Amino acid sequence: MQPFVAFASRKQVMEKSELQKWEYKCIQEEPPQCTAGCPIHVDARLFVRQVGRKEWDNAFKTLSKTMPFPNIVGRICDHPCEAVCKRVESGEPIAIGALERACIENTQEKVKGVMLPRKKLRVAVIGSGLSSLTVAWDLLRKGYLITVFEPGKRLGGTLWEYPETILPPHVITEELTLLESLGATVRLSAEVGRDGFISDIHGEFDAVYAGLDTPDLNLHALDRDEQGGLRVEPLTLATNLNGLFAGGKCRKDGLLSPISEVFEGRRAATSIDRYAMNVSMESGRDQEGPFATRLYTNIEGIEPLSRIAPGDPARGFSAAEAVGEAERCIQCECMECVKVCLYLDRYKGYPKKYARQVFNNEGVIFGAAHTKNQFVNSCSTCGLCETVCPNDFFMGDLCLQARRTMLEKKFMPSSFHEFALQDMAHSNGERFNLCRHEAGREESAWLYFPSCQLCATSPGEVLSSYRFLRESLSGGVGIMLRCCGAPAFWAGRDVFFRESLETVRREWDRMGRPRVITACSTCRSLFVDNIPGMEIQTLWKTVEEIGLPNGGASLAYGGEGKTVAVADPCITRHDRETQESVRRIAHSLGFAIEELPLSGEKPECCGFGGLMYNADPNLARDLITHRTTNMDKVDTTYYRTKVSAHDYLAYCAMCRDNLAAAGKRTAHLIEHLFPTVAGGDPAARGWISWSERRTNRARVKEFILRELAEKGGGILEDYEGIALQMTPEVRRRIDDRRILEDDIRRVIDHAEQSGKRLHNLRTGHFLAYLQSENVTFWVEYSPGDIGFTVHNAYCHRMKIVGIKQ
Amino acid sequence: MNNMSEEASEWSCTGCGKPLEIIKVGFSYMKGNFEVLLPACPACGVVMIPEDMATGKMAEAERILEDK
Repeated sequence: MQPFVAFASRKQVMEKSELQKWEYKCIQEEPPQCTAGCPIHVDARLFVRQVGRKEWDNAFKTLSKTMPFPNIVGRICDHPCEAVCKRVESGEPIAIGALERACIENTQEKVKGVMLPRKKLRVAVIGSGLSSLTVAWDLLRKGYLITVFEPGKRLGGTLWEYPETILPPHVITEELTLLESLGATVRLSAEVGRDGFISDIHGEFDAVYAGLDTPDLNLHALDRDEQGGLRVEPLTLATNLNGLFAGGKCRKDGLLSPISEVFEGRRAATSIDRYAMNVSMESGRDQEGPFATRLYTNIEGIEPLSRIAPGDPARGFSAAEAVGEAERCIQCECMECVKVCLYLDRYKGYPKKYARQVFNNEGVIFGAAHTKNQFVNSCSTCGLCETVCPNDFFMGDLCLQARRTMLEKKFMPSSFHEFALQDMAHSNGERFNLCRHEAGREESAWLYFPSCQLCATSPGEVLSSYRFLRESLSGGVGIMLRCCGAPAFWAGRDVFFRESLETVRREWDRMGRPRVITACSTCRSLFVDNIPGMEIQTLWKTVEEIGLPNGGASLAYGGEGKTVAVADPCITRHDRETQESVRRIAHSLGFAIEELPLSGEKPECCGFGGLMYNADPNLARDLITHRTTNMDKVDTTYYRTKVSAHDYLAYCAMCRDNLAAAGKRTAHLIEHLFPTVAGGDPAARGWISWSERRTNRARVKEFILRELAEKGGGILEDYEGIALQMTPEVRRRIDDRRILEDDIRRVIDHAEQSGKRLHNLRTGHFLAYLQSENVTFWVEYSPGDIGFTVHNAYCHRMKIVGIKQ
Repeated sequence: MNNMSEEASEWSCTGCGKPLEIIKVGFSYMKGNFEVLLPACPACGVVMIPEDMATGKMAEAERILEDK
């Protein structure tokens, strides 16, 4: 995975061939082993599920959909499906053969012969073993005129040799009357041994099938191979006589294989139909018969279960026993990615379906709905799907490409990324953006890039770590404060992203191409992928090389034996080195480490990645709730995640903030290494607002400028001096609504200046609104002792055009 | 309608000193145009959108229009 490589190639909508490549990667719709292993591809998974639900009639319909004469074949099938059943890996294979019998005995359903309109083509079927009967059945249903030539006095051939307990004679009689009821002509006592029999029939009918199990059949008219066997094309069962096909007499391990007989008949029927319709005899037949399926099913954690033994083995399963046996079926499917991704679970599908939906979303006819816009923009692009997928299906790639198309085709709603892009603009604006050598130096051997979001949440720790680096490293440690550009990448804004990267590259060049120290794994990954020649190492690696501040002594709150669960950021999925570095430091700080199941190469996103938090705030909130709460009532179908009871140790600022905002005790590694309050408990810090984040960033810049004895940091607007008072509840509510305190100040400032505001006669509160470019902010407030008290604030994106008089 | 009238009766426009009335107000979003009856000042056109409407019906309509 190269997560931050901007795609230059596709700006157009997805091509059909591209969709097919995506669809092929996802194997969820591939048939299960039982179906693929069945010569006639009975949907055994569905059949067993229906038996498990006591839906006998539906189960029987499932059988009869592909199986001819199910009342016969269902009793005698040699069930090759069982040999490939996945249940064997955890117990014993499902007794599918015995379940078929149980189904037949419990259903009220009858076989129905549905026919296509009659054709005028006449087909002769010689013999009435299972292969011949299948040819007759299949072609009758396709509308052919069928004549069966049987040398004996009744239809059924060797079927009559089965013991009554297995195949009662009345079943054979009843089931075979179906042929005549569908209009077949039956000629008993046919003289199949007569010279010229084959030739005569071949001349009289449009096509012929010869069942090779027909006693005394005279085959002199047909060519033989060197061993003396009949020469039959294996794929089509064609003989040297045009339009004459032959098969049957299948022996598997020396035993009669009824299902193989059926398959021979089916294969011959397909050939005869193609021959009669004058279409290709060979094309597209590679998946006939048993084949190896691509479906993957993870059987980890599935309890091993043995077969249910029937109380009376001679009679087979009772209804209750059959249901019990069917319930052992694990209903093979893949869904590996959906099991670890709330986003994929939430939309009730799987990547193959999603790929088609994304394709349709781009290709809609003018005026039709782009119903998957939010879906495309909600993926965190974390890459966990790719890691767990047997075929490396990466939803993030699909979604990022689709985002670029949405922008190109101008149907990207601004709401999906606006807040995040504004936050990025803030980081790259005069309040935060800075690139300087160390005070008193003209060169830098090192350049610290602490990241916008770490400065936003841990300004004191960032400054303290910068001091530590300057004191410990020689050659000068410069600093660069700005956003790495990840939000632009995630939003699909390639041009903006490249511009941002180019600025970083230019500034780094101007600084003399120093070695870069990153404190954020996203920045690191993005620079590694995009800035050739930039030597980058993590703050953690650097701290390890230098040695822990104070030798690590009494740094970490609660260290010495306390257990923490490491919450790896999703971006470190393929960065084992950083993950190990963090763990070594945690050990040095005295922590014991609990590994979460979704860590290492499998971490989940916190909801920040891919700008999920912006495009679908509810999904991001639910995701972090799942990651921090052992939920009693699980609201998902496949997705499950495990929550540790221990404190979390994060080393991504957004992971720390999101986990903490959801109420989970979480500290960032930098808080343990460079504590701002001696003996403080960083995991108790809790949530932080978007407004505070911006203030904190500005503080970092101001502090560094002060050290450099420089002025700067931007000019304060008048409204920024307005003091606001609000309760913690209001503060949290407006932050959830992504309303900044500066947005509120602008509204109040405008209302007070213009007098455009409403007054509530009952509460005495004022209500005012101000439309920015895309958002209208509303503030309910009243003048306070200092500044204003904010009672509430909300916003909408719909534009007020005006009153209609 | 009653709720809205009650809502309207609580507020007055400080600029014009007038009580709000229920008036047709025009909105636009994502190439869509709508008209909704809302409390507004008949003189200066200042409108009043209650919180539950902004975070409820309006937010819902915005979502639908974004997937169009």
